[in-house]
Amino acid sequence: MTINLNKIISDIKYLGSRLPSRINLMEVCGTHTMAIGKNGIRQLLPENINLISGPGCPVCVTAINEIDQIIELSAFKDIVIFTFGDMLKVPGSETTLLRQRSSGSSIKMCYSPNEALQYAIENPEKNIVFLAIGFETTAPLTASVVKNAAKNNIKNFFIYNLHKTVPAAIFFLLDKDEKLNLDAFLCPGHVCAVTGSRPFEFISEKFKKPAVISGFTPEDILKSILMILKQLSANVPETEIQYTLAVKKEGNIFAKNLISEVFDSRPASWRGIGIIEDSGLSLKSSYESFDAKKVFEINTMEAREPKYCECGRILLGEKKPFDCRLFASGCTPENPVGPCMVSSEGTCAAYYKYERMNMK
Amino acid sequence: MCVAVPARIKQINKTTALVSYMDMEREIDISLVPDAAIDDFVIVHAGFAIQIIDNAEAEKTMELFNEIESLKE
Repeated sequence: MTINLNKIISDIKYLGSRLPSRINLMEVCGTHTMAIGKNGIRQLLPENINLISGPGCPVCVTAINEIDQIIELSAFKDIVIFTFGDMLKVPGSETTLLRQRSSGSSIKMCYSPNEALQYAIENPEKNIVFLAIGFETTAPLTASVVKNAAKNNIKNFFIYNLHKTVPAAIFFLLDKDEKLNLDAFLCPGHVCAVTGSRPFEFISEKFKKPAVISGFTPEDILKSILMILKQLSANVPETEIQYTLAVKKEGNIFAKNLISEVFDSRPASWRGIGIIEDSGLSLKSSYESFDAKKVFEINTMEAREPKYCECGRILLGEKKPFDCRLFASGCTPENPVGPCMVSSEGTCAAYYKYERMNMK
Repeated sequence: MCVAVPARIKQINKTTALVSYMDMEREIDISLVPDAAIDDFVIVHAGFAIQIIDNAEAEKTMELFNEIESLKE
């Protein structure tokens, strides 16, 4: 099998040239943002196709007061925080988890939540708090670990729940869309591996915009863009699956049931956006003994957003990283001001790494 | 975090499995894919298999990865 991207690219250019003026295509998922940057996909597209990054970076959309609370928790001497790597450098109002670690707080990086539970079993004198962050791709993992902890009566394991869900955020953007004029969506492939395509069908059915669930290779992304352009040309919006490798219409039913067993849906606070209804997950009352927010008394001080940081507007797709006064000047991956520069899926981090040659 | 490649199941041990990707092997949790069998390809995220992959599609993707690797040599 040979890679024939040239045909896909020339088809994109042809269809793009026949479509009216500007097409605003939102790629929701942070991993897509990075893949697009890394593979130079923006540069391959005709000028009238505008790829806008959306709020699909779970670290970037975590409210700053929650970062502050986690940092407070990490200072308690009997608590060990377990987290995915990205969260370590996210600036709260005053400091980061990484700096707390250098001050002596017990904060450990993990690849899988199972490591956190295992540590709790092996260290019964400590309280282990796992930072449960991510969308529907990660929520079933947390659900599995919490259920295991309950089954084995583990009393020193907790989660600090930050899980959010994607469809409600997209609904919010489309419902409020006045400035953005979003024409189509590239939907997150691994979220959909769990949820299936159904939760995203409202994009084409209610809002009449094309939606394509895409994989992460350059071929996947370009094919998905072509599928979107074909839909726009025919004026027949649909929610299609390009990533048939991993995405079934019904998703992973077992994983979805596990999420429903352990979590309820709730409103959630998205950094830069505000409260979005039905966009978060909270532990059901039968599992509330695992909820770090309920078990530990954490004083919330007033959160301070960093001055001049445009992460909020960037997450909504209203501005690009180049529009931020701090980009590549006061805010870099080594010294990040906002979360979009820290996260491995952050829009500013992607632009810093891959798009700076396009800065005017 | 979300980027994953097809990993092939080599051995199953109740809720965990030994999977291989290219030359590497790793133990992962397969409790989210109870129907997974030996030789199935799965998508792995943060140490868990989150979905079983369509076998025919997986073979094509692995061919593509191998082709890219051979171009690098």
